[in-house]
Amino acid sequence: MLSRVWVGFLALSLICGLLTGRVDAVSAAAAEGAAAAVKLLIDIIGLMCFWSGIMELVSASGIAGRIEGLLRPALRALFGKAAADKETMELVSANVTANLLGLSNAATPIGLRAASRLYDTAGRRGTPDAVLALVVLNTASIQLIPSTVAAIRAGFGAAQPFDIMPAVWCASASSVAAVLVMAHLLRPVFPDIGK
Amino acid sequence: MLISAILAGVGLYALYNGVDVFPTFLAGAKKGLATAASILPTLVGLLAAVYMLRASGCIDIAGKLLSPYMALLGIPEECTALVLLKPVSGGGGLALGSEIIRLSGVDSYPGRVAAVMLGASETSLYTISLYCGHLGMKGTRYAVPAALAGDLVAFAAAAFFVRLFF
Repeated sequence: MLSRVWVGFLALSLICGLLTGRVDAVSAAAAEGAAAAVKLLIDIIGLMCFWSGIMELVSASGIAGRIEGLLRPALRALFGKAAADKETMELVSANVTANLLGLSNAATPIGLRAASRLYDTAGRRGTPDAVLALVVLNTASIQLIPSTVAAIRAGFGAAQPFDIMPAVWCASASSVAAVLVMAHLLRPVFPDIGK
Repeated sequence: MLISAILAGVGLYALYNGVDVFPTFLAGAKKGLATAASILPTLVGLLAAVYMLRASGCIDIAGKLLSPYMALLGIPEECTALVLLKPVSGGGGLALGSEIIRLSGVDSYPGRVAAVMLGASETSLYTISLYCGHLGMKGTRYAVPAALAGDLVAFAAAAFFVRLFF
């Protein structure tokens, strides 16, 4: 899908450039953009490494395990019958915790394993609600410390790069609530026909 | 204050629990370095495309066309293209978001809204295709409409809470 989007961008740039008479500026912009990407990365790489190191400590010291334990009862309510399986719920809460801590590299493989177990529990048929609950939860996760965004803000000279944190928490909590409510409301509209 | 407290707290707690603190930190920081290095090609490809779109006037045209709808949600016109791009591509969202933050100013209203939008939303369509593709499920039922509704709420809420807090 990204291939089409990317080629679409290039084609749109050409067409709009021709219409607005700025084709030469478009060609120059490609070089500027490529160089800007390297500058951006150099600006954010320090803070990204730093928080990645801190989050490693969060995992190793057992803080992540405690958060998982706290989340498990709340998550159980979302997964219906599948919540009876202890190992599934361990994977689910590990996935949600990794998302919460911003460890997306760790969250994805755990999430895929959790999804696979949930699908097994449902007999690997159709499109079960328990699997979709995990999928939609992963499309709207909350991040406690939005370190990449803070790194970008710091790179552009923000005095308080982390001052957006409360707004990020509130906005992502609203989005998680919206996703769960919508999933619940839309469930009867999209029945599981492959069952 | 909060950040300093988290840093000291995590360090002390790890030390108290017998974690070999600095080598563990270094191992994590190395992972961060690998992540950063691995996103560079994506950023180069997408930021070049975003700069081209911007130079061609396309982003401004899209902003003008959609700004009445964005206004309904309270989202500033500068962030319109980000609303369209973020659910499809995380790297593209990062590239475009950083461009909005740079052009509008890091502590400006659109600059802050773009930052909160990036921090509060995921690459929804990519996530759905990743999970459903991995399991080999045929349909996705309500996953796409529910996830897109979640993104829209995240974006509108980003603008709302920036106005509320700043």
